[in-house]
Formats: sequence, structure tokens, C-alpha cells
Amino acid sequence: MYRYDEFDSTLVNERVEQFRNQVQRRMAGELTEDQFKPLRLMNGLYLQLHAYMLRINVPYGCLSTRQLRRLAKIANRYDKGFGHFTTRQNIQFNWIKLEETADILAELADVEMNAMQSSGNCVRNITSDHYAGRARDEIEDPRVWCELLRQYSILNPEFSYLPRKFKLAVTGSPNDRAAVAVHDIGLRMHHNEQGEPGFEVIVGGGQGRTPVIGKTIRSWLEPQHIISYVEAILRIYNLYGRRDNMYKARIKILVNALGIDKFRELVDAEWEQIRDSQLEIPAAEIERIDAYFQPPAYEALSDNPDQLDQQRAAEPAFDAWVSNNVVSHKIPGYAIANISLKAPGRVPGDIYANQMESLADLADQYSLGEVRVNHRQNLTLADVRQSDLHALWQALTALELATPNIGLASDIVACPGLDYCALANARSIPIAQDVGLHFSESKKLHDVGQLTINVDGCMNACGHHHVGNIGILGVDKRGKEFYQLTLGGASDQNASLGDRLGPGLPQAEIPGAIESIIDTYLNIRDSGESFIETYRRVGIEPFKEAVYGPGKPTKRVA
Amino acid sequence: MTLIKDRLEISDPFTKISADDAIPDSGALLVSLSVWQDHWEQLIRRQEPVGVQLASDEHPDVIADDVDQLALIALEFPTFRDGRAYSYARLIRERYGFTGELRAVGDVLPDQLHYMERVGFNAFELAGNRGVEDYLRADKDFSVWYQSSTDDRASALRLRTQVKNGG
Repeated sequence: MYRYDEFDSTLVNERVEQFRNQVQRRMAGELTEDQFKPLRLMNGLYLQLHAYMLRINVPYGCLSTRQLRRLAKIANRYDKGFGHFTTRQNIQFNWIKLEETADILAELADVEMNAMQSSGNCVRNITSDHYAGRARDEIEDPRVWCELLRQYSILNPEFSYLPRKFKLAVTGSPNDRAAVAVHDIGLRMHHNEQGEPGFEVIVGGGQGRTPVIGKTIRSWLEPQHIISYVEAILRIYNLYGRRDNMYKARIKILVNALGIDKFRELVDAEWEQIRDSQLEIPAAEIERIDAYFQPPAYEALSDNPDQLDQQRAAEPAFDAWVSNNVVSHKIPGYAIANISLKAPGRVPGDIYANQMESLADLADQYSLGEVRVNHRQNLTLADVRQSDLHALWQALTALELATPNIGLASDIVACPGLDYCALANARSIPIAQDVGLHFSESKKLHDVGQLTINVDGCMNACGHHHVGNIGILGVDKRGKEFYQLTLGGASDQNASLGDRLGPGLPQAEIPGAIESIIDTYLNIRDSGESFIETYRRVGIEPFKEAVYGPGKPTKRVA
Repeated sequence: MTLIKDRLEISDPFTKISADDAIPDSGALLVSLSVWQDHWEQLIRRQEPVGVQLASDEHPDVIADDVDQLALIALEFPTFRDGRAYSYARLIRERYGFTGELRAVGDVLPDQLHYMERVGFNAFELAGNRGVEDYLRADKDFSVWYQSSTDDRASALRLRTQVKNGG
């Protein structure tokens, strides 16, 4: 993992003291709420329905066990004993007191963490593949580039007051686990015709009320130019992005208004002016940062130790967990174990402080002291010996962290919704709980296989419903909550936006409607076909008929 | 209104004139883009300094060829949220080579002065009753910067390289 040097530490500590002063000025009445708002937002502090919420960055998803223990301490001392992992590799604490925020930030700075730019109209937390550095399908570890971009974006003097928020994601693998196509800038590593690794640059993707799959602005970029190229994009956006309407201020609107070709022309003209400047990343700095991400010292082991087969054969529950939650590691004898934060009835992404502490102990014991956070609100232990999987599973089971449902219908992503969020129109958590419980008890769960369900409480789409195979969007109709379904979304390398199925349904009908959709899939799928593949083959009609009945009106009636 | 230039509080030597005003024969003037364009020949013949103030939707490209004639360029922040002028400032300094006074006017808050200074502003018209103390305090907030910018502060990257080279 990257470790702060004196420069990183000084900057983060100075930021804490700056914010302490800003909070004091707010509490003394020297700053109005309107003036304070952008200052607190740039330190991740939101005012929610019931309290302040603090959003903390987990850059590109990597947490040391020391950091995880500190998050547990913060949950216990400053919150109600739990935290909430989001869809952008952040953790949120929902019950924060304004006067304690600087102390929390100091606690974080002490373990090389911060909340800088986790909100506000600036470059947000840089996200990446939670299997980075460990995945078999990876071209190169993307985290060195993430860290360079993180440093470039933090307190950037030119780009801290952009038209709107700006999200960057990087993947080093052809199998996209970082949803790069729905980010303001997505970077996808691949080889050019000469076999050199570089980045495809995707721009103008996003969700919210205008969901857009990003467009390729440059098919291959030499990695040492990513800072200058990102700066060119940011400058064009800062100069020409709309500022008259916050709903039309994201870069996707600018890209769509100009067209990708014209936008590319502007960016390339700008880039020509700066590409060979000091923004070109020196090889020494790439090496310095890359050194932090060198693989740990692995033991020489073989894949599939005998005892693993025996343990799987003896215990079906363990076998199910390995089948669903464990994926292959690039080093023989090791495995990547995913930890579901979607136990039946739990709030997706929530984790108790005592679970964090115990998980930190397990990561120290079994996974080289590191935990990963992923964009589907689950955690990952990326370096587990296959021979340790059974012991790890037993310990996770005792913590209620061994739900074997990664990627299945009960592994539901949900935004906080109206239970917490000031922007929400409807609740999300109870829907996720209803649907999750419904399918966790269903024998169909494993038969259905890979199926992503995403729930949102408003069209801002923090729960990414547009790119769920099944999306659920809460809307308010004359004071009542209704839920609109979308089908066919995906955020991987074949990213697509979901299509609206029909009129919104009341909460009570949602589990049944999803059951109908799933039954339809089971009836019409070809052998070996996943839900999304079936959907792409047959389209929306069979599912529409299953939910609304044949010949029923499908115009908006609610 | 408080005006800070090069970290000192000063009184403004420039007189702002609007489009309806006659152009006086003497005194330093600050004019809008339209006045500058309409009265260009008259203004550059004057001996005393002239400045142009640009609204946030007026790209400084339009005065790129004029910067040698100008003593002052003022960029407006209609609201502190409108960050276009941060980019304008860098273009004016780095690409057009302007070396005169670059002034931030409008909704200019102490917490933003640091960013503004880094992109090339050296003068600030502070909103409300903010004093020079607020500015000087805000300016001390940071001693480390990740980015190189228009100013001459060394980035962490450059300092790391120096440390490595024993410099």
C-alpha cells in the first residue's frame, strides 16, 4: 500500500487544522451556512436529515488493518457504532457532530486517511478495481496511476470550483470491476498494436438524472501523460461546462452538447500546449510510487490443496461460500475472498465497529494486513492462502460476515435513501432488505446465478440503479412511495443503461415483481446464459408481460 | 471593500468607468471589455495605466493580443462557486505572458485566496468587511502543494526529486 511521506502527512495535517479553524468560524457565526457549505463539503461533511454525515475516502479501495481499526474507533466514539460503505470506495458515518469533525479528521490523518474532496464540485475519490495487483486477468496494477491522480487532484488550485462534481475511475484489467464507463473520466488499461500498455480514455459517463455511457476520447494514451491529458479535459470542462443549471453542469452534458469529436478537438488542442510540460510524470516518481504496490512476499504454494477439496466436500455451506465469494488469485495457492455486507435483513454496506475490529484481526492473520472496499458495497481480502480459507470462513461465519451471495440476487446495492439522505424521495434500505430477504430464503438464488440489483431513493442514483441488471428507483407520487424498475443495466466492460419496465409499483409489490422477472428468465434462458445475456437476447417484452400482465397498459399511471 | 495587492492592503489607484461614462483625460482607469473594445485606440494612447475587467463568461482570449497594453486585468467571480477565472488566470499568466496586476473581484472569500494566488492572481478585492488579516491567516494554511502551478511554489513532486538528488 502507498504510505504517506513527510509531504503527504504535512498536507493532510494542515488540512485538518484549516478545517478546525473553518468550523470554529462557523460556530462563532463568522461564516454563514452558505459560505461554510462549500468548505465543509470539500471535507466530506454533509448535513443530512438527522445529523451531519462524514464521507471518508478509501483511495482506490485499499485499507490497512490499522486504518480499519481506526474506523472502528471512530464508529464507536463519534458515531453509533457502525459505518456504511458506499458505491465509490468511501465509508460514511451518519451521526456526526459538527464540533467533533476536526477531531475525527485528526484521527484519520494519524492513520494516513482523509475526507478531502469526498464531496463538493471538485475531483472526488479516485476509484479502482478492488482486485488490483491480485487479479489474474490484470495487465498492470492500476493503483500507481490512481495514486498519482489522487495527488494531482487534491487541493488542485485550478480545479476546486468546477461546474459540478468530477469522478475518476481506473481499471488495469479488461474485465472492468471499476465501472469506468459511468465516470466523468474512466481510464481502461490495454495494449496498443505494438504491445505497449496504455490507457483508453473514456469521458462523459455518469448516472444521475441523465445517465450516459462514457465515450472514448482517446483510444490509447501513454501512461506518463495521464496527468496532462486529465488536466486538458478538466480545463476544457472548467472553462466551458454549464454553470447556469446544476442539473446540466456535469461534463457529460458538455460532451453531449458539443459532440465527442468537437470535445476531443478542444481537449487535444489544449493538450498540445501542456503535454510536454512539467505535467509529464517523471519516471522516478512512477518508480517511487510503484514500489509501494510491489507484490508482498508470497509463499511457494500450489493451487487447490487437498484439504480444501475435502473441506468443500464435507461442508456444503463452506462449499457455497467458496463457490460464490472466492475468486482466483494470480499467485498459485492464494485466493481472493470477498466478504458480503449483505447478510439477510442487514442494511447493504453497513458494518458494525466490532465487525471492523474482528475483520482487521482476520486480515492480519490471513490476508497480509489489508482489506479492500469495492463498488458493490462489499469488502475483499485479497491475499488469502487457499489452505486458510476454511478457518477464515469459520471466523467470518461467527461474525455474520460469511453470507455466500456475492454477485447473486440478494447481494443488493442500495443508497442510504430517505432513512438518512436529504435528497431522497423514497426509502431504499427497506426495499433492499425486503428483496434481499425474499431471495436469501429462495432455493432459486443459486440457480439464478449472477444478477445485480441496485436500489436508489432518488434520481441522483448513488445506488447506481441505471447500471443494475435490475434497477429499482424510488419516486414520490403525491406523498406515496412508488418504485420504478429498470432492466438490462450493467457497469462492467459491456456497460449499458437499464430500460424502464413500466409504471412504478408500491413497495409491497416489488419482491413479487422481481420474482416474476426472475421466473421469466429461468423459463426462457438458454443453457449457461446469465440474466443480462438473456435480457439482451430477448429484450424487455417478456418481462413486461410477466410483471404487468398481457395487454396491460404500460404508460405511467401512478 | 478591501483591496490587497502583493499581500499589502492598498487603496485602489484605478477608477472604474462604465460604458456610459466619458473617458477622462487623466488617471488610471479600469474599464469593461466592451469599453476596451469600443475605445481601444483612445485608451492605448493614454499615458496612464489602463485595466480591463472581464465577466466570468468573457474568455480572456479576446484580449490575448492586448496584454502588453494593460496594467491590470480584473476577473470577476460572480459567486465563489464559479471557478472559471481560475483557469482564465493561468491562461493569462502562462499562455499570454501577462505580468501586470491580476485582480480577483466579486465574491472573493479568504478561504479561496490561496488557490487564487497559486493560479496567478496577485490582487484581491475582498467581499464584505474582510480584512487583510483573514487573508494573511488563510495564506498560512498550507506549506505543501501537490501541483505545480503559475506561482513559483515548489510542488511535493519537485521537492521529492530534490531530496532524492541530495539537493
